[in-house]
Amino acid sequence: MTAQESLHDSRRWKLWEPVFWLLALATPFVLGSHALIINEIAIVALFAVSLDLILGYTGIVSLGHAAFFGMGAYTAALFAKHVMPDPLVGLGVAIVLSTLFGAVCSLTIMRGTDLTRLMVTIGVGLIMMELANKLDFTGGADGLQGVIMGPLLGRFEFDLQGQTAAWYSLCVLLVFFILAKRLVNSSFGATLMAVRDNRLRAMAIGIPVTARLAVIYTIAAGVAGAAGALLAQTTSFASIDVFEFHRSADLKLLLVIGGIGWLYGGVTGAIVFKIMQDWLSSITPQYWTFWIGLFLVVLVMVGRERLIRPWTWFGGKK
Amino acid sequence: MKKRVFLSASAVAVMALSSAAVLAQDNTFKIGLILPMTGQQASTGRQIEAAAKLFMAQNGDMVAGKKVQLIVKDDTSVPDVTKRLAQELVVNDKVNVLAGFGITPSALATAPIATQSKTPMVVMAAATSSITQASPFVVRTSFTLPQASVSMADWAAAKGGMKKVVTLVSDYGPGIDAEKFFKDRFIFNGGTIVESLRVPMRNPDFAPFLQKVRDAKPDGLFVFVPSGAGAAVMKQFLERGMDKAGIKLIGTGDITDDDQLNDMGDGALGVVTAHHYAAAHPSATNKKFVEAFKKANKGMRPNFMAVGGYDGMRVIYEALKATKGQGGGEALLNAMKGQTFESPRGPMFIDAQTRDVVHNIYLRKVERQGGELHNVEFDVIKDVKDPGKSK
Amino acid sequence: MLTILFDGIAYGMLLFILAVGLAVTMGLMNFINLAHGAFAMGGGYITVVLMQRYDVPFLICLPLAFVAMALLGAVLERTLYRPMYKKSHLDQVLFSIGLTFMAVAAMDYFMGSSQQIVQLPEWLKGRTELGEGSMMLGMGHYRLFIIAVCAALTIALQYILTKTRFGSRLRASVDDQRVAAGLGINVNVVFLATFAVGSGLAGLGGALGAEVMGLDPTFPLKNMVYFLIVVAVGGTSSITGPLLAALLLGIADVAGKYFIPNFGAFIVYFLMIVILIWRPQGLFVRKGGK
Repeated sequence: MTAQESLHDSRRWKLWEPVFWLLALATPFVLGSHALIINEIAIVALFAVSLDLILGYTGIVSLGHAAFFGMGAYTAALFAKHVMPDPLVGLGVAIVLSTLFGAVCSLTIMRGTDLTRLMVTIGVGLIMMELANKLDFTGGADGLQGVIMGPLLGRFEFDLQGQTAAWYSLCVLLVFFILAKRLVNSSFGATLMAVRDNRLRAMAIGIPVTARLAVIYTIAAGVAGAAGALLAQTTSFASIDVFEFHRSADLKLLLVIGGIGWLYGGVTGAIVFKIMQDWLSSITPQYWTFWIGLFLVVLVMVGRERLIRPWTWFGGKK
Repeated sequence: MKKRVFLSASAVAVMALSSAAVLAQDNTFKIGLILPMTGQQASTGRQIEAAAKLFMAQNGDMVAGKKVQLIVKDDTSVPDVTKRLAQELVVNDKVNVLAGFGITPSALATAPIATQSKTPMVVMAAATSSITQASPFVVRTSFTLPQASVSMADWAAAKGGMKKVVTLVSDYGPGIDAEKFFKDRFIFNGGTIVESLRVPMRNPDFAPFLQKVRDAKPDGLFVFVPSGAGAAVMKQFLERGMDKAGIKLIGTGDITDDDQLNDMGDGALGVVTAHHYAAAHPSATNKKFVEAFKKANKGMRPNFMAVGGYDGMRVIYEALKATKGQGGGEALLNAMKGQTFESPRGPMFIDAQTRDVVHNIYLRKVERQGGELHNVEFDVIKDVKDPGKSK
Repeated sequence: MLTILFDGIAYGMLLFILAVGLAVTMGLMNFINLAHGAFAMGGGYITVVLMQRYDVPFLICLPLAFVAMALLGAVLERTLYRPMYKKSHLDQVLFSIGLTFMAVAAMDYFMGSSQQIVQLPEWLKGRTELGEGSMMLGMGHYRLFIIAVCAALTIALQYILTKTRFGSRLRASVDDQRVAAGLGINVNVVFLATFAVGSGLAGLGGALGAEVMGLDPTFPLKNMVYFLIVVAVGGTSSITGPLLAALLLGIADVAGKYFIPNFGAFIVYFLMIVILIWRPQGLFVRKGGK
């Protein structure tokens, strides 16, 4: 393949991709009894894709991405409670507000080393949590009650089994995924990867690094806000737990498990992590964290690629 | 390469999902017990699970011709996980009753599901007043903070001889309930609240708050913190020399939680609390309960969480017997209302109107009994209804 | 007022002892070891078990906690950690978080999930008060003890770092690992020793802190953020940096909660963000250091 062909190739949709997405969209109907966890997986996958945009493609280390997730969740919940119960409008409002919030926060991540950024993002996330705890209209530590969602598109009620919710989340995920894919494969995306790989060199060839960082951080905030809004809308509930440090931490974990810098990494990681967590915790409700920890340690030691190929476990040459 | 990772992941996913097939059986009665088994409130989950299992061991698992099955799930104290687990239990496992709920947000999040699916929900731990109003299907067997706080305020003003008190509570639903009801009642009884402090939930150090209390020089300090944090408060209280400065420590029984009390050391002696259950409660029913519990759980002492779980199971069993296994959720719920029986804590009654628990609140002092520290009851206020509702 | 200052200093020194190992490891080995909190927890639990089950006096438990965790650290460094140095930071994070999860669940299994209570010896339980009214300085004896121990350790650490040959080898390895190795310094041994000492200090900090900060299996997860704050603000290239950062953090936290109880928790995070934006390399960076 020539250079040009391989660049184009990365943009095109591979054959398995539409198949995967069709299967995914069918799951709420085929595996109806698991619609709830499919919903959760779709939401976390969207959240992970947003983190991949900043972490995988631009190299911004963040452990506070939950700040935007929570922002979206509370916005959507408050909007549905006080203004209008329509889910799509609420989603739109949530995205707009989280994007604005992301623009403000992007000022904090511009300077400093990876560690600095890590700490700043953690700090922002924790401050948001304290704010949600303190302010009365957010319901404080008990969470926001009494959120009733209107039917989707005026027709599909959010049923107890969760099928509508799962389908809704999957569609939103697909839409954003397509947008993200276009973004990272565009020339804008190429500049992001240049910034990630070597910031100094990127600056030297005239890429406006600070502006790029700000823009992608803002965009990622909006996408994370969408994921948060989905969570609030499909569960009719928002609690300060959406800002918790463990949300950002778990997210980073599953993204790294799935593989960064590859949009499907977020989706894969979400699927693997959530299923493992659910399965393990139903086997040992108390000690499942041990097995997840063990899995992580083994994963890193053996290496992600080798884990999937058991024949390389014993003395095979890489 | 990446394609392979991803394909294998999806293969794993599909396998996992399809292997979780659930067969519904007509002759089983399923109880979905959702508890925090990991995380900060894990001791709550542990106590309740142990108590529920003890009850089933003592009373068998066949009731009204049906086999009782207990399904335990860990919600890690995250309310949206609780909600999802409840939804799954109702839709997939088709449970007949939901139970547990370690913290208020978990209970509140699940209430709409109980209403929508007409499944009775037995709250065995969470203690904010408003929970029973969140759904007509909620029944509570734990207690409410106002019950304990109001009783404490009455005692403090009258027999405790306190005039100025500072309140120190954790900043969340039950804490705010405790503060409000104690304050209102204490002022009603003629006392003054010098200051009301709220401590954030995620607090590694009580020191600055207690220092503030010290500087305010009250007669007494009323404390509410979730079970587990009581020891830290006690230690700081003593370290700051507050007892020597003439400040008496009072509070709801959560600060002298039986789970931790014996390890708190002699500094805890003399602390007066108000609560619905003490492991040292001198009744025959309780002695049997405590002994059986200790035997089944390597000497672990049951606390008020355990008794909430134990009584919750009894309410479920009695309701099942009364309906003879017929009728749906509503019939079961109606059979739960108005139940009255002798619990290890004393006499107990589920109010038919509010579906909340009515029981005695005891005033207890920490004393050494049989070589161990215990909450020894010295006074009682009988049949306390939840003041949070009788407005 | 003065009491608050005193309490803040005590808390800060405790944080310092807990975090100094992390700072040095991160600066030296460029390894983000989020399992550091687990070593602290280990030290705390060892102390509790020794005191409760074997009646070992508190003072003896402290060095035992240090030694036990140092040994554990040395073993883990040699076996598990060493292959990790070459991996990316993200993999290191995954790995150390995995270890932390395992440690937390294991502690839960063996020790139960409730808070552990340390019974201090009588001579540490008292309190001394000087002065009157708002100028009163109330000093809990235990906190005095903490300050004394931590101050002694700090002096010892600084001495080792600046006046011994090992210290200069360590500083050389931190500044530039390859050149140090080229000069004949056995970098592997330096790493091993440093990691062991760092973990030992964490264990000691955990043992001391069990009384003040509470000890339960979720200890590493709850407090990891604070350690990271100390390292981020203090920088990883000296000992005085994290020391001052920890003191600042301790005093800010305690004072914030006292004066503005409603927003006490915010103060720390807010302060940290402001400092890091103003000085992204941390407050104290040695010239020519990383």
